[in-house]
Amino acid sequence: MAGPMRGGPGGRPGGFQKPKNLKNTIKRLAKYLEKHKLLLFLVMLFVIFSTLGNVAGTYMLEPIIDDYITPLIGTNPSGADFLPLIKMLSVMACIYVVAALSSFAYRRIMLYVSQKTLNEIRGDLFNHMEDLPLKYFDTHTHGELMSRYTNDADTLREALSNGVVQLFSSTVSVVSTFIMMLVISPILTIFIVLMLVVMLFCVKKIGGKSAKYFKKQQNALGAANGYIEELIEGQKVVKVFCHENEAKAEFAVLNEDLRHAATKANTYASVIMPIMGNLSYVNYAITTTAGAFLVIGGMLKVGSVAAFLQYTRSFSQPITQISQQFNTLISAIAGAERIFEVLDEKPEVDDGYVTLVNCTVDENGNITESEKRTGTWAWKHPHSDGTLTYTLLKGDVRFHNVVFSYDGKKTVLNNISLYARPGEKIAFVGSTGAGKTTITNLINRFYDVEEGKITYDGINVKKIKKSDLRRSLAMVLQDTHLFTGTVRENIAYGNFDASEEEIENAAKLANADSFIKRLPHGYDTMLTSDGANLSQGQRQLLAIARAAVADPPVLILDEATSSIDTRTEELIEKGMDKLMHGRTVFVIAHRLSTVRNSDAIMVLEHGEIIERGNHDELLQQKGKYYQLYTGQFELD
Amino acid sequence: MIRKLMPFLSKYKLAAILSPLMMVGEVFTEVRIPILMATIVDEYIPVGNTQNVMETGLLMIGMALMSLCFGAMGSYFSSKAAMGFGAELRGAMFSKIQGFSFSNVDKFSTASLVTRMTTDVTRIQMAVVMILRVCVRAPVMFVSALTMAYSVNQSLIMVLAFAIPVLAIGIAIFMSMAYPRFIVMFKKYDKLNAVVQENLIAIRAVKAYVREKFEKSKFAKVNDELMEFSIKAEKVMIFGDPLMMIVMFSCIISVLWLGGRQIVFGQMEVGALTSFLTYITQILMSLLMVSMVFVMLVMSKASAARIVEVLEEESGLKDGEKMISEVKDGSVEFKNVSFRYNSDSENNVLENINLSIKSGETIGIIGGTGSSKSTLVQLIPRLYDVTQGQVLVGGEDVKDYSLEALRNSVAMVLQKNVLFSGTIRDNLRWGDENATDEEIEAACKAAQAHDFIVSFPDGYDTDLGQGGVNVSGGQKQRLCIARALLKKPKIIILDDSTSAVDTATDAKIRQAFRENFGHITAIIIAQRVTSIMDADRIIVLEDGKINGFGTHEELLKTNEIYSQIYYSQQKGVEE
Repeated sequence: MAGPMRGGPGGRPGGFQKPKNLKNTIKRLAKYLEKHKLLLFLVMLFVIFSTLGNVAGTYMLEPIIDDYITPLIGTNPSGADFLPLIKMLSVMACIYVVAALSSFAYRRIMLYVSQKTLNEIRGDLFNHMEDLPLKYFDTHTHGELMSRYTNDADTLREALSNGVVQLFSSTVSVVSTFIMMLVISPILTIFIVLMLVVMLFCVKKIGGKSAKYFKKQQNALGAANGYIEELIEGQKVVKVFCHENEAKAEFAVLNEDLRHAATKANTYASVIMPIMGNLSYVNYAITTTAGAFLVIGGMLKVGSVAAFLQYTRSFSQPITQISQQFNTLISAIAGAERIFEVLDEKPEVDDGYVTLVNCTVDENGNITESEKRTGTWAWKHPHSDGTLTYTLLKGDVRFHNVVFSYDGKKTVLNNISLYARPGEKIAFVGSTGAGKTTITNLINRFYDVEEGKITYDGINVKKIKKSDLRRSLAMVLQDTHLFTGTVRENIAYGNFDASEEEIENAAKLANADSFIKRLPHGYDTMLTSDGANLSQGQRQLLAIARAAVADPPVLILDEATSSIDTRTEELIEKGMDKLMHGRTVFVIAHRLSTVRNSDAIMVLEHGEIIERGNHDELLQQKGKYYQLYTGQFELD
Repeated sequence: MIRKLMPFLSKYKLAAILSPLMMVGEVFTEVRIPILMATIVDEYIPVGNTQNVMETGLLMIGMALMSLCFGAMGSYFSSKAAMGFGAELRGAMFSKIQGFSFSNVDKFSTASLVTRMTTDVTRIQMAVVMILRVCVRAPVMFVSALTMAYSVNQSLIMVLAFAIPVLAIGIAIFMSMAYPRFIVMFKKYDKLNAVVQENLIAIRAVKAYVREKFEKSKFAKVNDELMEFSIKAEKVMIFGDPLMMIVMFSCIISVLWLGGRQIVFGQMEVGALTSFLTYITQILMSLLMVSMVFVMLVMSKASAARIVEVLEEESGLKDGEKMISEVKDGSVEFKNVSFRYNSDSENNVLENINLSIKSGETIGIIGGTGSSKSTLVQLIPRLYDVTQGQVLVGGEDVKDYSLEALRNSVAMVLQKNVLFSGTIRDNLRWGDENATDEEIEAACKAAQAHDFIVSFPDGYDTDLGQGGVNVSGGQKQRLCIARALLKKPKIIILDDSTSAVDTATDAKIRQAFRENFGHITAIIIAQRVTSIMDADRIIVLEDGKINGFGTHEELLKTNEIYSQIYYSQQKGVEE
């Protein structure tokens, strides 16, 4: 009922789409269902029992009346033999009980199968999504992906739990009823078939219109919902600019369009029921009249006409159902296809074979792999000749003539070469869009370089297993994202093995400990919806603590302190210094005060390093950095 | 609740009344058809009257076609009424929200407002369709079929006296069992969606900390929970159909047994028995329909409540009684102003603020996170009302202006600013609908946006996409400043509006402001001291109180906080 009108926020406009590759999609769906082969076989069996039970029950009405009740009329009340009637009624009761139980059984099994299948599909979808490269998330909106989980999965579940079974049971009952009708009277069946053609014609005609207007409605709904979303999202701006009346007028137009389309779509969708229902009455009337002529002509018994009439009624209902279910099925398959499209996206490839292992180092500098948590790490590097080498994890990062573009067309980074020795602090400075963030995203292989290479402790990062590479780096991003869970859990996100003490030490390091302790439940305070109950600055402190607990040799700070006011920043500076001590650090910052004490500062412009050196050297150069730095005073 | 939503149907009253009437018409014609059939079978066939058979047959077809028309019209009218109702409701909510103050919007949250206007309205709309189609039709069907059955055989009606309560109680039991389970299921749905949403937003954090496996197991858990509770909820609903079948079949068998005996003993005729069976089916079916509508109404109750909540929300701000339509000049004065967002909260966000800004002055505001800088300036265009004290603009209390006049004179660039889908030019015209191309260009030049705009292939006609996704953060901020300038305001407020703009550009914007818009009062909130140190005067805010107010030089000497901020940011420059 709510199905066709869904597609609310984030739903794609024109949600009613025909699948592009029907056969392939059905095949893939079948693969999910294959696991429940036996159960599905049982479902089919029970559907047949239930449907045939219903048909048989109806069929028995006539013989019961004609052969077991009518003959007794006029017999002596005391001598009437009701035993045969009781027998027949018992048989009928048995058939009905079997039908009812079967109906319950197939519904119960199908509920399990459909829920289980959807559970698997959702699981596959999520697992695959987690493995997709960042590029995918850059090019697809959240709403689009969300509606795979909501709209598409829902329609699919609905179709699986009701649609498929109903389609099957309707077909069974149409076929069995049709056979019964043929048995009773082939001549009357011809009338039925003719009527059927008329009905199918109506279904096709109305169905086509209905689909057309449904698509229109979805487009109008998409437009109206999009407008609502955008305007309410920007409500405060609307107010500031006194734009309320214009907004109302624009919305009125969209709203009216939607009303028009929805009225038409809903009319066509619902009109099919009374039309089919009443056409079956026309059918009924024709059968009665034609049957009457046949009886009068002596070609048919009255009882047969009565039974036949019962069947005409039970014949049209499943046909209406088939026509309705068909549309649901089609849009469900289209939804499934969209889900499969996501599943077909290439996951992030990880062909790295260099792994990170715990190790011990003896006095001669020999590295031995260790099973235990030693706190010392080494890269385990298997070579093609079968030998293994171990390189101590130090945090030495080098860029060799790196070229990169996001889309293969517009070069974002051009011929970047740089080095960061273990323990050095490297800063990137430059205007928005100069490529600062991109550089850091290449180090942890969120994206892969196009030309040139990046080495980590002398090993090409492409050879390192991504998960191990990323474990050796910690990032603190401009936008801090927290997860639903306790404060403690959020800090431990950087390292699940961290002990309570380590977590609290990390929080103290980031200067987050004092505010955490002031929260209602301290470290066990639940954070909800992306940490909405914390201020931007507090969230960033947690992100820093998260990086601290991860304890990696390389740290990337991408505008990590931009939302912390300078006074607070000063407070955490000591913590930050402690955090950065002994680590290779890449810093991106707007505030030049944050980058001043770096070992090397790279000034980026249009994807190229135009200046490099430490603070004093760059100031002496009197280049761009000098300008940026003193630009603050140039207007004085 | 129904009383509050009813008025939205009034525009489509005719359709709303006609729809159930048509449905009743359909029922009445539909009910006649089996009786005509009985006449043919019982009366005309035995005597072989072909003439009468033909006439009655045609009458039946005519009846069926009439019923078809009634049914189709009923569908049309119900669609028209319900969709019209939906549109009216959406329109009313939209207008209502347009009249909301900032505090109203804060109270509901934008996401929730969007859901209320989309999903909830759709749900109610479908409920109205069902009500119009079934609520009259089913009871009429029930009553007329019951009357018919009663007229056919009074004693057999006893069967129904058992069947109806059994069915009704059965439905009631499993509905009351299902409802709480469905509530739990919906919660699990929300949880699953939350995990997905969280992962979409924070995918970088997940990947950076190599937490894919952990997130997968987290999702697997909520996914399994959802399955478990869905099955628990739906399991109950599954009993509905078999229950209906059992009751119906029991009726048929009892009627056959009791009615069969009556026939044998000559108390009833065969034809009557057949028609009685038909009526029983109709009675039970209509009962089932009513229960279905009932389920739907219960399910949509929550949606209706959420909609009514929006419609009943009193807008926190009203036009002043004096309705002054002209702001004299750009002077601003705060008199003993205290403010709290929520009357329930204990602490004032602003405490006893007194300050006076002359028209044309440039004022900087600086202070730590949470020192209420934004709150302070939002009181000037009356985005919120003061809790105590008075805010004066152009010498008059802001409450005495018409909101439009006040806000047209006070341009504000919000911290969290938004561009709308459409071209750059469309967005800039928000500031002034009739702005000429020259005016637009001038504003963009001042905001340092002109250069990057013309660097786009389509220049000012570049499509921004929803939420302005096609421009960077710094570019977006500059466009927002240009948009505000186009209003030709008397006061302009920049709430940390250049945070993503690099220092050099930021300086140029301020220079352009000074040169071209010297007559405008400018109030600038900034994190960077450099953005405000050349202002005429600077306000230092600390915990909602004014800690210092003066020129850069004065504050540097006398204000501890200010000098602390200054030196922390400027360290090393003088070396």
